[in-house]
Amino acid sequence: MATIRVQPEPFDVGQEIAQLSADRTDIGGLGCFVGLVRGNAGDHALDALTLEHYPGMTERSLAAIAATAEDRWSLLGCTLIHRIGRLAPGEPIVLVLTAAAHRGPALDATAFLIDWLKTKAPFWKSEQSADGTSRWVEARDTDDAAAARWTTG
Amino acid sequence: MLKILYFAALRERMGCNEEDLTPPPSVTTVAQLITHLRDRDPAGTAAFAQPSLVRAAVNQEFANLQTIIRENDEIAFFPPVTGG
Repeated sequence: MATIRVQPEPFDVGQEIAQLSADRTDIGGLGCFVGLVRGNAGDHALDALTLEHYPGMTERSLAAIAATAEDRWSLLGCTLIHRIGRLAPGEPIVLVLTAAAHRGPALDATAFLIDWLKTKAPFWKSEQSADGTSRWVEARDTDDAAAARWTTG
Repeated sequence: MLKILYFAALRERMGCNEEDLTPPPSVTTVAQLITHLRDRDPAGTAAFAQPSLVRAAVNQEFANLQTIIRENDEIAFFPPVTGG
């Protein structure tokens, strides 16, 4: 059963890893991805990113994505944490942790989870620029392509 | 009656987070609901001006244009997602 959290607060990666692996001796590898807020969008500097989401559907879709990964890679544990609200450049925004018997499944499942999360969980980013303007981030074809590689071949 | 939710750019263009709506009986699919909202007022026309940039969920599951909608459904409209 995956740990799923959607929260404005920061997360502590070390603490989350400790919780995922506590009292376990069957885990041979942990996969970890931490997404950070970049301080620029193309050629202009950002003051902040603001994350909006669809309460209820967000948790359901994250749980479904996690269940897919747990089943496909026989994971021994999985943690997904996504922050919401206003975040400054450099702050962590998303955490994916996986636990498996071996490194291959842990690393593949981590890549799968962040690729699918980016295209299948109802979050939307807006960028606040230093000049006071705000604009919604547009979805990128490269994200769709990254997600599609897990369903082809 | 339907509960309709709007997120991100669609929320801003509609000027509201959510509304309760009793559509005409002829509205039975997501596509027909979009047409109804688009033709209802200028906000709807603006929000649904680019159908390729609108995604929908019915009862918190991603839906497509052909998805059937029923009494008391929760329908959400939003742009393609950009989390992570």
